[in-house]
Amino acid sequence: MKDDTETEREMTPAVSEPSSRNFTSTRNACKLCAPLGACIAYRGVEGCIPLIHGSQGCATYIRRYGISHFREPIDIASSNFTESSAIFGGRDNLVSAIANVTRQYAPRAIGIASTCLTETIGDDVAMYVREIETTRPNDGGPILFQASIPSYRGTHMDGFHEAIRSVVRAVARGDGARARVNLIPGFVSTEDLREFREILESFGVEYTMLPDYSETLDGGSWETYQKLPEGGTRLSDIAKMGSSRATLYLGKSATDEQSAGTWLERTCGVRNVRLDLPIGIANTDAFFAALEEATGEKAPEKWSRARGRLVDAYIDGHKYCSGKTAAVYGEEDFVVAMASFLAEIGIAPTIVGMGSKSAAFADRVNAAIGADGARAEVIDDADFATMLDRARAAPPDIVIGNSKGYYLARNLNVPLVRCGFPIHDRMGGQRVLHVGYRGTISLFDSICNALMQERQQAAKNGWTYI
Amino acid sequence: MVEILEERARQVFEKGKDGYAIECGKTSAAGSVSQRACVFCGSRVVLYPIADALHLIHGPIGCAAYTWDIRGSMSSGPELHRMSFSTDLGENEVIYGGEKKLYAALCELIDHYEPKAAFVYSTCIVGLIGDDVGAVCARVSREKGIPVLPVNSEGFKGTKKDGYRAACEAVFKLTGKDDETPVSRLSINILGDFNLAGETWIIKDYYRRMGIEVVSCITGDGRVGEIARSHRAALNVVQCSGSMTYLAKMMKEAYGIPFMRVSYFGIEDMSKALYDVAEHFGDAETLERTRELVYGEVNALLPELAAIKADLDGKKAAIYVGGSFKSFALVKALRHIGMRTVVVGSQTGTPEDYEYLKEITDEGTVICDDTNPLELSRFIMEKGADLLIGGVKERPIAYKMGIAFCDHNHERKEALAGFSGMLNFAREVRASVMSPVWKFSPARIAAQSAAKGGQT
Repeated sequence: MKDDTETEREMTPAVSEPSSRNFTSTRNACKLCAPLGACIAYRGVEGCIPLIHGSQGCATYIRRYGISHFREPIDIASSNFTESSAIFGGRDNLVSAIANVTRQYAPRAIGIASTCLTETIGDDVAMYVREIETTRPNDGGPILFQASIPSYRGTHMDGFHEAIRSVVRAVARGDGARARVNLIPGFVSTEDLREFREILESFGVEYTMLPDYSETLDGGSWETYQKLPEGGTRLSDIAKMGSSRATLYLGKSATDEQSAGTWLERTCGVRNVRLDLPIGIANTDAFFAALEEATGEKAPEKWSRARGRLVDAYIDGHKYCSGKTAAVYGEEDFVVAMASFLAEIGIAPTIVGMGSKSAAFADRVNAAIGADGARAEVIDDADFATMLDRARAAPPDIVIGNSKGYYLARNLNVPLVRCGFPIHDRMGGQRVLHVGYRGTISLFDSICNALMQERQQAAKNGWTYI
Repeated sequence: MVEILEERARQVFEKGKDGYAIECGKTSAAGSVSQRACVFCGSRVVLYPIADALHLIHGPIGCAAYTWDIRGSMSSGPELHRMSFSTDLGENEVIYGGEKKLYAALCELIDHYEPKAAFVYSTCIVGLIGDDVGAVCARVSREKGIPVLPVNSEGFKGTKKDGYRAACEAVFKLTGKDDETPVSRLSINILGDFNLAGETWIIKDYYRRMGIEVVSCITGDGRVGEIARSHRAALNVVQCSGSMTYLAKMMKEAYGIPFMRVSYFGIEDMSKALYDVAEHFGDAETLERTRELVYGEVNALLPELAAIKADLDGKKAAIYVGGSFKSFALVKALRHIGMRTVVVGSQTGTPEDYEYLKEITDEGTVICDDTNPLELSRFIMEKGADLLIGGVKERPIAYKMGIAFCDHNHERKEALAGFSGMLNFAREVRASVMSPVWKFSPARIAAQSAAKGGQT
């Protein structure tokens, strides 16, 4: 063991990252690690099994975390590092892992996610993959996707975006000339994905939505055990993404280097249109406008009727919301869209937190909520303990976000409206609808009802009309 | 048909058909979807219930995020263990080292939360980036005046069992510190109960009624101060032996405390545990009190179980758990409610464990080590199980195939230990097996029509 002076001497350089919290440590994290996001994205590709290159624990923890939300089998293979693989490199483990998972699952594709362990020892997974691809027999075997996503860089959202890009890079081809559209929907719920499908299909154009885990992570009950559940974006559709006229890329937090939309634009000339998640009227209007523009088709009338019902609901319920305050948190694009929606219904977000670091976050939130921005405490690099500390001075009326915020809501003694990812303490967490006019109306009802229930329970005489 | 990987051929055994010794203790085959976790997981779950200690995870964020509030371990007082603290290492620390961040994190947290001790868990990359966690812990311990213990739990350096061992080594350092507080002659430590859903309290109450003092429980509803005087107990009673036998051995060597292995699940094992402890002390009054206790509890329990058995008689169960000691008790407990075990396996069983399982199970039972979802689904279907007992990762396998499920893992919210736990277990199994929803399950419908077809 070294003595103290030696330890102190070696403690260089200073931890210089700016942080908007008071503690060096993260207390009750409001983020997850990159491989989790990659695994979810890979599960949204037809016949694809994720393979985590690293310790067994990474795959098992991510499976368990995902299963508690989706309530579905989530098989994720692991290359099962040992001490000797950490010393000599993980090449052999990766090769036998790919062979074993191919034998057992017969996948169409394997999505390989690296981890902090393999990135730190400098394993060159891209090179291993090239070797495997060039040395295997001509009949092929599964397509190999590969994303370099150590847990020490970014969050689950970085893993999510980079995995999608790895899929597109491996499969998409074309020259951006055909009358079809791509939709990259962000890390949304399975019900959201089904809503997007319905919207896209209603326009009557060819499209590719990637990823699509609406069936693979939220399917029906089975007659026989399915090694890899049916569903996911078809590889043949991914191949066509390069020939689409435009990509609608939802969420603006991904960097150009991470974005499959940017890759398609630069490589295949597919116009990349970046939009906020369609939550709230303004964001959803923008989404439909972009879709009309990209397809050259008018939105079917059923969507304007849905919009009409949403406006009607806003008015019917406005008194329960107007003047209220909320804490809202989660991943950046979700939070920005939610903040915009809350501003539309007169709820002022006073605590706005996200787990990743971003200098642009405050500006995005302020732009989304307009005049109420002055009241909002916008915290990037946030954790739940910090949000609780900040919220105690002036507790919000309601907490809105994933179920990890139960810690906030319970300590503040205010209701929690569960949405986003993960939801580990309620049924149907994977089926919460957030997007489009119908998603917004569903969120609006949930928020109003939570506030109404508070009022009802607080009333001595227990009103039966509210 | 699901193929069993070559490397795993002898990790699967069918009683009455196969004749070999079951292979176990192996590293999981690369590419298999093992249900196991890692070294860190082993340490984290064992130490987690110590409620007045700070648990700081030194590494990138994932390991802390996935283990926040992961166990249903209850505390009668402080709840610091339910917080998730991480040094949340970034690229900067991976390049320049994380010691400075660890030092700052520890000092702030100790100042703010005033824990009685702190555990610092090393994750995969800590050794690779060269952090001297021991030196930082020693320094903070001197400066803050509390034990600050490194837990050598780098995920890839072994299996979950190595994590148990690292946890035992860390917790051992808390023992032997308090020689002042009086301790009874008839005293024990409970090792390896984690107070899931308040189970430690059930067991402690039995010992109280027997006139036996529980000096400490390691680690359920655990307190640093109790562990400090645990070396003065007369006996260590070890349940969940996979995780805690190592600590019992260390305490035997250092303090001369004998230990015995017990299980608190099911009627036989629970009764035997109490009798074994009473007999160890050989005190006539204690023995008499124990007899009265067991007699009263079992008499109250049996009529309730009989009613449940009437519903469940002839049904078949599959068991897949972490440590196999628990599976012994479950095989026996299931018989009390009329159920036969047709598949049984564990993540970390030993050769002796599997030999014992061969003895107590019926012909045709599949016994498996470190199995995976595909194999498990195949065994369940082949053997026609009506119930799977396991953890959250096994749950969707059962549900997708239309069979009942009982959570016997560390996230459970029902107390399943003790006599009252046996009743909870039976009720939970009945509620799931007898639910009317299964009649809509496609797998069930297919199995039924196949059975009908076979008859005609």
